[in-house]
Amino acid sequence: MSYYEPEDLKNFPKVGTFKPDLWEKFMAYYQAATGEDGALSKREKALIALAVSHSRQCPYCIDAYTTGCLEAGATPDQMTEAIHVAAALDAGITLVHGVQMHNHLEGLGA
Amino acid sequence: MSTLPLAAPDFRATLESRDVDLSRRTLRTLQINLTKLCNQACLHCHVDSSPKRTEHLSPEGVERSLELLKLNPGLEILDLTGGAPELHAQFRELVEGARALGRRVIVRHNLTVTLDPHPVTQVSMEGLPEFFAAQEVELVSSLPFYEQYFTDKQRGRGVFGKSLESLRRLNEVGFGMPDTGLELTLVYNPVGAYLPPDQATLEADYRSKLRAAHGLEFNNLFAITNMPINRFADDLRRRGNYDDYLQRLVAAFNPVAASNVMCRDMISVDHRGQIYDCDFNQMLELEVSDAGSALTIFNVDFARLAEIPIQVGSHCFGCTAGSGSSCGGTTE
Repeated sequence: MSYYEPEDLKNFPKVGTFKPDLWEKFMAYYQAATGEDGALSKREKALIALAVSHSRQCPYCIDAYTTGCLEAGATPDQMTEAIHVAAALDAGITLVHGVQMHNHLEGLGA
Repeated sequence: MSTLPLAAPDFRATLESRDVDLSRRTLRTLQINLTKLCNQACLHCHVDSSPKRTEHLSPEGVERSLELLKLNPGLEILDLTGGAPELHAQFRELVEGARALGRRVIVRHNLTVTLDPHPVTQVSMEGLPEFFAAQEVELVSSLPFYEQYFTDKQRGRGVFGKSLESLRRLNEVGFGMPDTGLELTLVYNPVGAYLPPDQATLEADYRSKLRAAHGLEFNNLFAITNMPINRFADDLRRRGNYDDYLQRLVAAFNPVAASNVMCRDMISVDHRGQIYDCDFNQMLELEVSDAGSALTIFNVDFARLAEIPIQVGSHCFGCTAGSGSSCGGTTE
């Protein structure tokens, strides 16, 4: 038993048990943002979602968007490039905070 | 982590609740599973075909099939499948006979059969492209993906390279090329437990990738859903995916796709001459029967057949999911 059980994803709609109006607004927004071709194709959106799923480390989303990418016609090479983009951004985001470290070092006169 | 088995809803009840008509339309296609013998043994194969299978239609069955075409002009299309139908000893005779009767002939051609010697007789099959062109058959050929990884994973190591070589030879004799009238359709099916992408988008991908990387041409792409029966069902169960996959198919039920399923205007015949509503029902041995006796090509009365309901089961959700799936691709 862990906090993340794959079967729990099917119970996501339980979150809408209370304040269903907010849940419905979220679902409509989610569908509009991710589930339709727009300026970006559904495949491109699925690859972005897969990258974000890794960066935010959501196992539900990783499962869902691995399938979602395949069903949108993405290849394993494209999916792997997407998570490398996420990993590179994560690394860069960590490193760019080094500027803060430098600012503080300089502030200390070090 | 265990998953509780989830019962699929009743397919016929689902059709009724969504007001979908599954009555038979005018019969247009005679599909024959000529032999279970194949030069390949693919992961997804619902027929469980392989080089070890020997079942094939008898000479009497071949003769009767041609007779049925002759007696029933409404049967516009002879659709030959298997196994690899080309490996049947009377394949050429049947094709030539049907073409002489003016019928369209579709061959479910796996591409690699041209390059492998016959698994039993060891005779070379390399003359197939020229034969297909001379007879002006329509080819429907499985190429699970435009890249090596998915294709070889599903159909075996080296299949992608051989498929490209076979496609090159088909292009050389005119299949898939502009203004030749020689139709070459490729077939995509997912390598695992997921639904196919949009057919039109995928066709555009196949066209640009195969043209740019390999200089190959084709006419159309069909995107087909994997049916949860036989070898593919075994693989789903082994991976613990069977229930989830069936639920995905059920959740994606599309009434528009359901109203155009292939079983409404075709019959499927097995190597014994027995009649089924489709190739999947054939593999599940859900034969068409009239008052308790099985219909065969030897005793069939097509007027009577029109009154017999189409047999359905939970596997039928595979043909009605998403944009639908049939031997002719999506059905929406």
